[in-house]
Amino acid sequence: MTALLEANDLVKDFPGVRAVDGISFAVPAGSCFGLLGPNGAGKTTTLEMLEGITTPSAGGVRYRGGPLDRGYREAIGIQFQATALQEFQTTRESLALFAQLYAHSADLDELVERCQLGSFLDRDTRKLSGGQRQRLLLAIALVNDPELVFLDEPTTGLDPQSRRNVWQLIDAIRRAGKTIVLTTHYMEEASQLCDEVAIIDAGRVIAQAAPRALIDAHFPGTLIRVPQAALPAGLPLPAGAERRGELIEICTADAEQTMHELLAVGVPLTELRVAAPTLEDVFLKLTGHGLRG
Amino acid sequence: MKLRRFLAVVVARNREFYRDRTSLGWNLLFPLLTVLIFAFIFGGGPADQYKVGVLTAGGDLTAAQHPFLGTQHVRFLPVEDEAAGVTKVRRHQLDMLLDLRGAPRYWVSRESPNGYLTERLLAASVGSADAMPAREAVEGRQIRYVDWVLPGVIATNMMFSCLWGVGYVIVRYRKNGVLRRLQATPLTPFEFLSAQVVSRLIVVVVVTLLVYVLSDLVMGLTMYGSHALLALVFLCGATCLISIGLLVSVRTRSEELADGLLNLLSWPMMIFSGAWFSLEGAHPLAQAVAQVFPMTHLVDAARRVMLDGAGLADVAPALGLMVGSTVVLLAIAARLFRWS
Repeated sequence: MTALLEANDLVKDFPGVRAVDGISFAVPAGSCFGLLGPNGAGKTTTLEMLEGITTPSAGGVRYRGGPLDRGYREAIGIQFQATALQEFQTTRESLALFAQLYAHSADLDELVERCQLGSFLDRDTRKLSGGQRQRLLLAIALVNDPELVFLDEPTTGLDPQSRRNVWQLIDAIRRAGKTIVLTTHYMEEASQLCDEVAIIDAGRVIAQAAPRALIDAHFPGTLIRVPQAALPAGLPLPAGAERRGELIEICTADAEQTMHELLAVGVPLTELRVAAPTLEDVFLKLTGHGLRG
Repeated sequence: MKLRRFLAVVVARNREFYRDRTSLGWNLLFPLLTVLIFAFIFGGGPADQYKVGVLTAGGDLTAAQHPFLGTQHVRFLPVEDEAAGVTKVRRHQLDMLLDLRGAPRYWVSRESPNGYLTERLLAASVGSADAMPAREAVEGRQIRYVDWVLPGVIATNMMFSCLWGVGYVIVRYRKNGVLRRLQATPLTPFEFLSAQVVSRLIVVVVVTLLVYVLSDLVMGLTMYGSHALLALVFLCGATCLISIGLLVSVRTRSEELADGLLNLLSWPMMIFSGAWFSLEGAHPLAQAVAQVFPMTHLVDAARRVMLDGAGLADVAPALGLMVGSTVVLLAIAARLFRWS
């Protein structure tokens, strides 16, 4: 697949700190690309450089093979993580304002329907619920019918129902052929939505692949978790086991055999937890700390 | 510059202003209440002491110079500039102007009752008709304090509206992320800043017009000059004040800092501009400082049009200064502006 967007050795320095330290990747057209990382990892700074809002200290961003120009603003849509809209405007007026800022705009009626804004179209935007507000911000990001959409933590702070609602909208955008670059704290979100993810830590990409491929590469099997206290004292750790705080985590290709072995040395069955490895497990393994760092 | 984008921002900003009832109320009520309060306080007629300005070649104002100066219960004030003294007689701010530099002569207003009585006192003091100084009659309506202060009230309201309505609002937009959201669109800084200037000008024009018309209906204003010229003076002044507000906002990220900076600018402007009280007789340094502020030239030009009937040529230097300052300030603001 052709790369629509490319990050080439991006570096961003702030006084006394290098926030982004040589990040490179390519986002294929029509795909959903996820940037994962703990707070302060540099993913929002990376996203801002991709959006053309922050100028890189070194390296560059290329869109359709060329450098970013003024026309880039017309081609992209952005949903910011924290943003305010002009006050004393209704949902309809906010949408119309942003539509007028672009040379080409999407069909607003269709957008209202797609993002389910109909029930609060004439409500002051300050009075919207978290989910309604995110849907409006998503609609604003799509108001110019962009080819490339940036979503910065689109579901942070939403209740599970609203989150799934937004996931459906994002999935529909992807199915409509748009290219999406998103950042998220939620591994389930990345697994569900992204074709490819890059895990960023300390300003660098430490792993990049499709979510399933990342999991398979780092956890080729099943995870069995046992509290350390449940293991008989002095027993050496089984092959493929790692300590995770108070837990011993064993990655095994044959879960049944490993469980038999653990039961045989006296580990109570009720203490054993069997789980399919997730993206979060990959992250923990690679960085040694949680996503919310 | 795309007109569509520019107009979209103007409309959104104006909507934000007129739907914000507290802001709208403050912008309308503050100047109206101020004018009404001044009309009430100073509407009780002239003071009962007679005031006579005296032009002399030097020396104390005593009966040795002229017998009239020995009259009790008349306040004699030294006047240095003949034209300024005559203007004050015309406005009834002086009941009489007495010139003792050569052959004695005096100016008195035909319409002033106090002028008539002061003239009788002068006649009594000299004793005979032959000794009476030469009479120079002037005409002119009494200028009440409220007439004098109204241009200052309008300019003060304009100053607060322009500085806070632009400077503070842009800093708030920057802090809460509105600017960042707009930055992500094709809107250019020039389009955004121009929209802020025009949007605030519309507000200022409407509010000023309302205050002017209502003040005239309630108190009957003195207006000797051209309304079109007065509008031009206010328009130039407002644009200049808006550009000061823009300059404060171009890089500031904190509303508290913006508020402090705007206060730091507005209070000296209000005090030194002569909006509320005349700086005549103030320390020369204070008068020199006053000339730095565009507000001083705005108030002075508006007063000259309204009270003296000044024409375009008379206020052209003030207009030029305000327009020149606006161009320089806007150019600096546009160059320094940052979305985030």
